[in-house]
Amino acid sequence: MAQSLTHGETALPADWRDLFALTKPRVMSLVVFTALCGLLAAPGQVHPVLAFSSILAIALGAGASGALNQWYEAGLDAKMKRTQGRPLPAGRLDRQTALQFGVGLAAFSLFLMLFASNWQATLLLAGSILFYVFVYTMWLKPRTPQNIVIGGAAGAFPPLIGWVAATGSIAPLPVLLFLLIFLWTPPHFWALALFVRSDYAAAGIPMMPVVAGEKSTRRQILFYAIIMAAAAIAPWPLGYTGALYGWTAIILSTLFVALSVQVGTRRTGDGDLMQPEKRLFAFSIAYLFILFGAVVADHWWPL
Amino acid sequence: MTDEPTPEPFDEAEYRRRQRSRANLMALLLGGLAILFFFITIAKMGILK
Repeated sequence: MAQSLTHGETALPADWRDLFALTKPRVMSLVVFTALCGLLAAPGQVHPVLAFSSILAIALGAGASGALNQWYEAGLDAKMKRTQGRPLPAGRLDRQTALQFGVGLAAFSLFLMLFASNWQATLLLAGSILFYVFVYTMWLKPRTPQNIVIGGAAGAFPPLIGWVAATGSIAPLPVLLFLLIFLWTPPHFWALALFVRSDYAAAGIPMMPVVAGEKSTRRQILFYAIIMAAAAIAPWPLGYTGALYGWTAIILSTLFVALSVQVGTRRTGDGDLMQPEKRLFAFSIAYLFILFGAVVADHWWPL
Repeated sequence: MTDEPTPEPFDEAEYRRRQRSRANLMALLLGGLAILFFFITIAKMGILK
């Protein structure tokens, strides 16, 4: 049951755990990891304190985006089983506090990035926060089933920002890493959307399975998985990475496509447990972690 | 007459507990940031040299 926010006339101060939950810590872990990989794969050396501060700024920026997303979507979250336990829909936090926390955290993350790194990385971080909040959350998500496709760009920024924080400029490899996350997002989220479809339908969010149906979503998962695999392997033949990354990308991407074929070509009946979809979703997370780890390993210990 | 819900009794102990835990966390964060900014400054001075 939702906990009351007020006791009589006096509002309780927000619990810090609820403010922390606003930042979507699980999403933040992937953001921090990919940003760190972008920074570590960049040429040259960054002072450890400045590297730590840049990654902290990216993490805080991602947390601010998550908080502003939850502030805006509090009403929608209340309609979905998966999200109704979050601090705002559960009534443990008021919207004004969430908004102030999100805006304050965003401003501080930009200040920290500018202080510790460079204006180029700060500009990219500001762009990614604004893109996630205004373009993805407010504009695309409630309007089009392509929300995940275009909105995926917001999640693809961290390795690029990490690289730019280290070097001050953009190079082809971080752009390819951006492209990899961008193309990875649709099969990752649509696999999730397939098994929580009723949740999205209840909230009125036009996710692909709700609008275009299961068959079309499955076909598109397969389509994106194939072009994602090509983008994942591309840095090796293009000469931006070595064989260690190349072989890791080939093996993992083959597995990703194999799981996507399973999801993309099957039909489900009532009461289906959606095991292949859950498997693809879980594997997609491991895929990104291992692949980005391989980018760094390949840079520091080439074969 | 209106059927207004009876307000919950004010739990001062809970209020003070949250206030204290937030104040402690804020102190820790501010202390951590002061140290971080000190080391960022030192690192940048080292790079400039």
